[in-house]
Amino acid sequence: MLVVVVPVIALTLAFAWWYRASNKRAAYRPDWSYSGRIELVVWSIPVMVVILLAAVAWTGSHDLDPAHKIKADAKPIRIEVVSLDWKWLFIYPDLQIATVNQLVVPTGVPLEFMLTSANVMNAFFVPQLGSQIYTMPGMRTHLNLLAERAGDYPGFSSNFSGDGFSDMRFLVRAIPASEFSSWHERTASEAPALDTDAYSQLARASSNTQTQTYRSVDPDLFDRIVETSAPHAAPLQEN
Amino acid sequence: MLGKLSWAAIPFNEPIPMAASLMIIVGVLGVLGLISWKGWWPYLWREWLTSVDHKRIGVMYLLLALVLLLRGFIDAIMMRSQLAIAAGGAQGYLPPEHYDQIFSAHGTIMIFFMAMPFMVGLMNFVVPLQLGVRDVAFPVLNSISFWLTATGALLVNVSLVVGEFARTGWLAYPPLSELQFSPGVGVDYYLWALQISGIGTLLAGINMVTTILKLRAPGMTYMRMPVFCWTALCSSMLIVAAFPVLTATFGMLLLDRYVGMHFFTNDGGGNFMMYINLIWIWGHPEVYILVLPAFGVFSEVIATFSGKQLFGYRSMVLATLAICVLSFMVWLHHFFTMGAGADVNAVFGIMSMIIAIPTGVKLFNWLFTLYRGRIRFEVPVLWAIGFMVTFAIGGMTGVLQAVPPADFVLHNSLFLVAHFHNVIIGAVVFGAMAGYYYWFPKAFGFTLDRRLGMVSFWCWLIGFYLAFMPLYVLGLLGMTRRMQHYADVSWQPYLIVAEVGAIVILCGIVATIAQLIVSIRTRERRRDRSGDPWNGRTLEWSTTSPPPAYNFAVMPQVQSLDAFWVIKQRGPVAPPARYDSIEVPKNSPNGFVTAFFAVITGFALIWHIWWMAILGLACAALTLFAFGWMERPETRISGEQLATAERARLQSMDPAP
Repeated sequence: MLVVVVPVIALTLAFAWWYRASNKRAAYRPDWSYSGRIELVVWSIPVMVVILLAAVAWTGSHDLDPAHKIKADAKPIRIEVVSLDWKWLFIYPDLQIATVNQLVVPTGVPLEFMLTSANVMNAFFVPQLGSQIYTMPGMRTHLNLLAERAGDYPGFSSNFSGDGFSDMRFLVRAIPASEFSSWHERTASEAPALDTDAYSQLARASSNTQTQTYRSVDPDLFDRIVETSAPHAAPLQEN
Repeated sequence: MLGKLSWAAIPFNEPIPMAASLMIIVGVLGVLGLISWKGWWPYLWREWLTSVDHKRIGVMYLLLALVLLLRGFIDAIMMRSQLAIAAGGAQGYLPPEHYDQIFSAHGTIMIFFMAMPFMVGLMNFVVPLQLGVRDVAFPVLNSISFWLTATGALLVNVSLVVGEFARTGWLAYPPLSELQFSPGVGVDYYLWALQISGIGTLLAGINMVTTILKLRAPGMTYMRMPVFCWTALCSSMLIVAAFPVLTATFGMLLLDRYVGMHFFTNDGGGNFMMYINLIWIWGHPEVYILVLPAFGVFSEVIATFSGKQLFGYRSMVLATLAICVLSFMVWLHHFFTMGAGADVNAVFGIMSMIIAIPTGVKLFNWLFTLYRGRIRFEVPVLWAIGFMVTFAIGGMTGVLQAVPPADFVLHNSLFLVAHFHNVIIGAVVFGAMAGYYYWFPKAFGFTLDRRLGMVSFWCWLIGFYLAFMPLYVLGLLGMTRRMQHYADVSWQPYLIVAEVGAIVILCGIVATIAQLIVSIRTRERRRDRSGDPWNGRTLEWSTTSPPPAYNFAVMPQVQSLDAFWVIKQRGPVAPPARYDSIEVPKNSPNGFVTAFFAVITGFALIWHIWWMAILGLACAALTLFAFGWMERPETRISGEQLATAERARLQSMDPAP
């Protein structure tokens, strides 16, 4: 695009300068207002640029679709994300653990996210790992990421969700698979349980929440959160 | 008795809103006091408040836009100051509940009450003059439209003093804007202000479409219309098609909030994704509603000051129509990250890029209008060239974001914020300023100060780049929008530069105000007695500045494009031997009175004061009916009267320089 935009800017400035009224050497053709050849060129330049970009957009949309699974040797790990006012709950349904405002992932393993929101819309975004996706109450969105290198990557909500929005940050800790399994074992044995009480405590609006870990997480918790705010038809009242 | 309204609605314990409220109250009382003291009320009432003259109404729209530009800009500079200091652990001086209102108000005001009135005002003033006719199709309706827009602007500003404004962003996405998450009156202020002004805008659009389709000077075929009229037509058609969608969408949200329905709620079968689709089905055409008239202004300005016909008129018209149609097919690019799937995203991404084709053609056509021209560097041309350079950059970043995978990382970032300010300031505001300077002498009979106009232009241009280029960088660094504070201190230097940019833009605004004051004080020196100060090409320059109430004593005969230019080439025209009598519409207080009751109704609905709402609505309806059934809304000017007036007018007129 710069190939077109830079010459346009340069020509604008050049024409404006050269054809200034005080320049007596410049040609002046007050009635010249049409040239078929120029018309053809000015229509075809943007058309060609757009054809090129359309191809990029089409292939890119398909290859980099958030729901498109990443192929790798390692078995993917499933992670369920719930945005709450104003914090993030990450559930590992297969490991039966959960974390708040901190996402611990093994490197080199495809991460299959399923996302929802417990109240208003947010967006899950870790810029260094890839695409963002909305989290929406009553609905599930899908996202696939993979952390190649170990490290700490900041994540946050990128869709305004109310007063505590600015502090809706979390940290992604990508660690080698061996470290991850020991972290998992430690969490599964030592962390407090995420029972109904603990969840309703968590669901209350608060900002600047400390990172937390939980064990023995109900594997249906995510589905229940989706269902409670799902846009299903209200059941008929019988009385 | 007073619904939700109580003394608690006034924020006595918060110093910043209180100071702002005081400023507004003192300002309003000061202006009202001055008018009373000088005894200007009868004049104001007769000549302006009840005027149905399209020129007067156009001027009032522009005045509204300039005043609301100040309000919206104060919001902007408050946000920039907050972000310049709220780095690391710092919280800045605006708490979130206040900051959230400010960015919501900034967007709402700048789009609905600055950019819209500016463009509608320019169309109102210019289109009938360019078409060579005496007024718009429905003059009284025009006055009603304006006053309903003003009603909305007033309600938004009342929220500063009584209650609060929405804290939901300028489009109030549910579920955040639903009663469950926003129980206060802020969202109600937002909704009712925009519902009332939206009706005004819709009526203005209908009026403009009818005017252009039905009232043109003899010989003014479609392909002889000035490009500004074409862009006004397309913009108004978009208003007619898009604004009902907005009204219906807000209507559904109001039903959710007021009577417990479930259009967009999380429970009871609601689905807020519908709102987001609907609001952008209005919202994307809205962008073109604003920018098309600006394109029209630049077409006029570049042709006039290059002393040349516009290059590729047919292409320009075709491109405008293409944009008009395509603008309805791209709305989904505002939420690629909703997870619609690769095919849907790709289709909407490609549709969005296709709009860049006609837009690019326009840019090339302006370029070739400059080519082999004789460019006089008056202020409007500077705005036009500043626009071409700036808009090329804004267009490029727009096309970039139309690629869905790019949008997955840029969506909602400051890159996006920089992009839409790049096109809205670079095209709409620059176009508005160019049009303001270009047509000011036509409206008031004297030119604006050139030197201060230059100062204003350079401040806006430099300020824009300083304020928004750092935002592009911040977006790429991963800073998202609508943050009240941020942890990453490495962003702070960029935000300080952006703050400096905002201050430079402030200097531009101050220069614009100073220009107006200086020009009024020295108006005798800068009288335009020719009616044609710029050696113009279109019919508005063929009448005196300011034009008489009836614009043209004799309907101009149009024989070609650039009608006035061709008339001038043929030499002076002798005044006609006799004049036919004409009819001009009488003043009508209908618009002002209806809007007065609309304010009361809106305020009552916001605060749930039901008796007052019913009373206000009944009175507004009664006013409309009473005036609507009144007979003889026109004054007849006889041929003799017209001949006398015309002789006097032509004597005061000097030939063009």
